[in-house]
Amino acid sequence: MDFTKYIWVFLVGGGICVAGQLLISLTRMTPARILVLFVTAGVFLTALGLYKPLVDFAGAGATVPLTGFGYALCKGAIEGAKENGVLGAFTGGITGTAGGITAAIVFGYLNALIFRAKTKK
Amino acid sequence: MQKDTKARTDPKAAAYQAMVKEREPKSKTFPMCCKAFLVGGIICCIGQLIGDTGKLWFGFDDKASSIYTAIVLVFLGGLLTGLGVYDKIGSFAGAGSVVPITGFANSIVAPAMEHKSEGYIMGVGAQLFSLAGPVLVYGIASSVLVGLLSLLFS
Amino acid sequence: MAESKRYGEHTVVFANPPRILSTANIVGDVEGKGPLGSAFDMVLTDDTWGESSYEKAECKMFEQAVRLALTKVNWDTKMLHCLLGGDLLNQIITANYAARELGVPFLGLYGACSTMTESMLLGGMLIDGGFAQRVACAASSHFSTAERQYRYPLEMGTTTPPTAQRTVTGAGAVILADEPMQDQQKGPAVFRNIHIESGTIGKVVDMGISDAANMGAAMAPAACSTIITHLADLGRAPSYYDAIITGDLGTFGSEMLHELCMDEGIDIASRHLDCGSLIFDTEQQNVNCGGSGCGCSAVVLSAHLLHFIEKGTWKRILFMATGALMSPNATMQGETIPCIAHAVVIERDD
Repeated sequence: MDFTKYIWVFLVGGGICVAGQLLISLTRMTPARILVLFVTAGVFLTALGLYKPLVDFAGAGATVPLTGFGYALCKGAIEGAKENGVLGAFTGGITGTAGGITAAIVFGYLNALIFRAKTKK
Repeated sequence: MQKDTKARTDPKAAAYQAMVKEREPKSKTFPMCCKAFLVGGIICCIGQLIGDTGKLWFGFDDKASSIYTAIVLVFLGGLLTGLGVYDKIGSFAGAGSVVPITGFANSIVAPAMEHKSEGYIMGVGAQLFSLAGPVLVYGIASSVLVGLLSLLFS
Repeated sequence: MAESKRYGEHTVVFANPPRILSTANIVGDVEGKGPLGSAFDMVLTDDTWGESSYEKAECKMFEQAVRLALTKVNWDTKMLHCLLGGDLLNQIITANYAARELGVPFLGLYGACSTMTESMLLGGMLIDGGFAQRVACAASSHFSTAERQYRYPLEMGTTTPPTAQRTVTGAGAVILADEPMQDQQKGPAVFRNIHIESGTIGKVVDMGISDAANMGAAMAPAACSTIITHLADLGRAPSYYDAIITGDLGTFGSEMLHELCMDEGIDIASRHLDCGSLIFDTEQQNVNCGGSGCGCSAVVLSAHLLHFIEKGTWKRILFMATGALMSPNATMQGETIPCIAHAVVIERDD
């Protein structure tokens, strides 16, 4: 494990979150819109070849924020298109992120089953 | 989209809106950004740790390790939401808890949990993606667009 | 034609002022820990009150508040000629299902957070007009049910903006009658000296605020409009009232109200109080600008304000609950937030 990498992970990950916080504080954008913005930004930055260098450099600092989800979607779609043409363009994105999405559904459902929502104090 | 209702175009109303905007208590942006930075950075480091230990213990390659990281973080985000801890992290960290993929998990578990009273199909089942749905819609749609464009430009 | 009881633009003065006989209030845990905590009839430590959903809990609170108010005057539900009430939820299900349990003639109302004074105004008109002799007015709100319908899921990690308010978990009921308590009615009636003198029906006012997290600022213009109209209709000055009390403008909304009234040449700052600022300690409790919701004005009136009048500390108050008449869909369609404020004058018999 390369411990100096963690510094960059922390800085880049924190930095992307600060960008989100500025949007919340200064524009009163709702969380849902911010998430959509970040995911699509991740897709398009990856398409332009600008996001992969950040991923190589900062690892989880770039893949854990939702922009990283966009990166995985875009990467998957491009690879799928290369291998299977038009069909691959359709299947690639979801294939690449299948793990995260399925986990979200399964763990989401399980947690909802087991736990109960409590009032905020 | 805001439409030009009478309320908006009336000069008295405009003056009132200006006064409200000027005088309303403002969110403390700088402290919030620091907290978002701190918590977001920590969550990403935890993600990095998960990925690295995945490679170490299970011999994952880069691709498998990133899938593994996503799954574990979604699991943790969901669990913390179920335990009633994630909303406390969220009120402290703002975007630091919304932007990482754990926030995505939170936005899935939270509505599903409280709609249990409406049953498991139309309550829990239907509400899982009530807030996170747009992320999938726009993310997947834009990836398809990029995939198709990449065929044109290859 | 009967003599008109309408004064000015939209104020009514009762010829036979309906009397407030008793009230009851039930609140949640956070309200119980606030500055008025010890004054409430019942404080629930568990916001579900043992029910399987928060909606069912709120319904139980509404029903029990009415029953408790009736117990205080030793009356059975059959004595009521009408129940007027409402809440914040879609189709006012809280009031509907509570009315089902109570089995009394029922007129459901939706005025958002202005429901309490809307119901007292209408209840007063029913009694003054001879259409009913005994009426119950009630309103409720619940933090968890309101968050679910209007804002975000409870376990969602969001930050609330500093202008936001916390929906009060509370149900309040008031019993109105055409006659004072008879001595042979042995219930511990709470109030013997209070009646409703008059009231002003509010108009919907919208000054273009679209931020659902800043309800105080959205509602202040409606409160101002009703105050100005009321004072003009009856030819009174703010000093006529010992207190001018709003339902849930919160700290920032109150500030805006003072400004708007000053622009009209009316200074209410020295005698204005706000239930949303009274029910919570805005410094210590995590409530930003204060409390909101139908229940807020209902429980603060019941537990706190009426006692000042009964004791004689105040002679008369102008009590005005304010409501924001929007829905999440309307806001998503780009609409701004229209608001309304209904006023009643509550005074001591002397």
